[in-house]
Amino acid sequence: MVGFFDLKARKEAAANGTTTKAAPTKETTRSQPWVEKYRPKNLSDVTAQDHTITVLQRTLQSSNLPHMLFYGPPGTGKTSTVLALAKELYGPELMKTRVLELNASDERGISIVREKVKDFARMQLTQPSAAYRNLYTCPPYKIIILDEADSMTQDAQSALRRTMETYSKITRFCLICNYVTRIIDPLASRCSKFRFKSLDQGNAVKRVEEIAAKEGVKLEDGAVNTLIRCSEGDLRKAITFLQSAARLVGAVGVAEKDEDDMDVDDEKIVTVKSVEDIAGVIPDETIDKLVQAMQPKSKRIVYDNVSKVVTDMVADGWSATQVVTQLFQSVLYNEAIPDVQKNKITLVFSEVDKRLVDGSDEHITILDLSLRISNILAGA
Amino acid sequence: MALLVDKHRPRSLDQLTYHQDLSARLRSLAQSGDFPHLLVYGPSGAGKKTRIVATLKELYGPGVEKIKIDSRVFQTTSNRKLEFNIVASVYHLEITPSDVGNYDRVVVQDLLKEVAQTQQVDQSAKQKFKVVVINEADHLTRDAQAALRRTMEKYSPNLRLILLANSTANIIAPIRSRTLLVRVPAPTEGEICDVLAKSGKKEGFPAARELEKRIARESGRNLRRALLMFEACHAQNEKVTETTPIPPPDWEALISTVAKEMVEEHNPARILQVRAKLYDLLTHCIPPSMILKTLTFKLIPLVDDALKSDIVKWSAFYEHRIRLGTKSIFHLEAFVAKFMRICEEHEMEMEF
Repeated sequence: MVGFFDLKARKEAAANGTTTKAAPTKETTRSQPWVEKYRPKNLSDVTAQDHTITVLQRTLQSSNLPHMLFYGPPGTGKTSTVLALAKELYGPELMKTRVLELNASDERGISIVREKVKDFARMQLTQPSAAYRNLYTCPPYKIIILDEADSMTQDAQSALRRTMETYSKITRFCLICNYVTRIIDPLASRCSKFRFKSLDQGNAVKRVEEIAAKEGVKLEDGAVNTLIRCSEGDLRKAITFLQSAARLVGAVGVAEKDEDDMDVDDEKIVTVKSVEDIAGVIPDETIDKLVQAMQPKSKRIVYDNVSKVVTDMVADGWSATQVVTQLFQSVLYNEAIPDVQKNKITLVFSEVDKRLVDGSDEHITILDLSLRISNILAGA
Repeated sequence: MALLVDKHRPRSLDQLTYHQDLSARLRSLAQSGDFPHLLVYGPSGAGKKTRIVATLKELYGPGVEKIKIDSRVFQTTSNRKLEFNIVASVYHLEITPSDVGNYDRVVVQDLLKEVAQTQQVDQSAKQKFKVVVINEADHLTRDAQAALRRTMEKYSPNLRLILLANSTANIIAPIRSRTLLVRVPAPTEGEICDVLAKSGKKEGFPAARELEKRIARESGRNLRRALLMFEACHAQNEKVTETTPIPPPDWEALISTVAKEMVEEHNPARILQVRAKLYDLLTHCIPPSMILKTLTFKLIPLVDDALKSDIVKWSAFYEHRIRLGTKSIFHLEAFVAKFMRICEEHEMEMEF
């Protein structure tokens, strides 16, 4: 519990720190990830989930909240939304006593659901002062946030069922998960569901540019788009990449100042290349080399070429999943390959992906993938 | 007497010989005071660990080199007791959670929270946070990785994580999106040669440029292996010349004979013979997937070009099976039988 309170207190401090710039908080804001720093402060700040936000805001006015189930891919603002909602409802002071946040880093077996959650759900409400009530709505219920609920066991989930109903007068639950299918049906049917869709280009770009401007990071043309492309609709990933890139470029810029005659000043320019570097994207030349090696020639040459390229790739430490993703893109968008062959190749990709997830040896698997594609291309 | 690998291990970032830009980057990260969580990945023998230890030294000064080994007992929810070893200095902890198998989640949850909730005791310490190095992060279970997610964000003022992994394939996306990815590529053959020459000079070995080159090629760009081979060479021969043969590790020699036997004759009697050797390898704790991989690469030069891609295909297939199954000898033997069958079929086709 102590950790939980600490977190809230710290978050508040950080939120205030950005505006007041008090001396002691300066250090914490500096070392704070931007993801935390720029978490939306209220509902209207949440990017690109218009539908969900309108519904939530309407329920806010009626001051009657249903149990909620938020689901959607990572980095789309699920946790941010519920935190912002709680903040709008209770304000900083009441939040400590009215909100319980549990996530996968906490023990969440059946015993915890029975004890901790139940105890909190059972707790009676305290009445805030009248002055405070004027500032915030302070509805007469508490909120329990179960983050990453899809990693809860089935048993723990079914233990929640009755608890949710019994204490529904004074407690609301908010479940957050990536895969709604992993929430058992009885729980799902007790909640109103909100789907968070993957962020679209425009909104993500806007948000990233906004943060970059606030942090004083200069971006090269196209860097933002690369960021968004590499992060695949995951805004948190995009922001983390941005911060790492800024850190890296900023740091290197200082170190190389003496040697480089270029205009380095204090300007930190995040380039497309540095973004790709951080995201672990394989340079196009390397993939091209592999694709070249796979082109049908006599068997001996093909094997020798492919095995050489693959060995180099493995030694360079490129991650196999990344190789698979990028190779898939390059094969898929290659107009020269007939559709029939593409079908066959896709089958190979699906099998290889499964193997990699199961933890097969990367070297052999990638070699196998490349050779099989090359066989298909040769028309075998 | 320490092995060359340990004796000549670089202790600070300045002493690292290759990937200079990477070292520079790590140094500036360490000095900036704004040290992120790191996920360091690359093939084995590329110098991941060495780099991290050097970075820690840059962060905290020589204090990190004074390490002690703690043994801790954790209790699981089902009241089982787990013993767990921690390598620790005043400033950092080093853990290998995969040691405890499926219970790694308990260790990650308990230990990290405990570390995260206590502040740095030493007031004169350079950094306010502690560093936890997690070895073999790609072997962490999904649960343990999920447990890391929030911990990394919540406790970031007190705690930095450095994850070491061979590949990022098994690391879940939420972790990857919270860390700064650092790729450590294997050294090139030229770089290995330089390192070998350098440590040879320190030891007073006579220089043998050709030998070093051959070792570098044989080692498969694995520096640790190259150094071990280099030392073995010098230990076994009184006088080392340019043409001294490099003794392969005995398990590799055994796999070579297995490969030869498999190519020579294809019949059940031969399978039985091979089986004894495979069992021998397994009882000496050579990992089965390593056996299969080495065997495949030994077989490929020995067979007809038309068969090569087939062999790789089946090798990948059985390697996957080994991962999923429990009894690896079945799958190794199945590969042997499959290989023989492919060869037979190919020969039949040639005759007609």
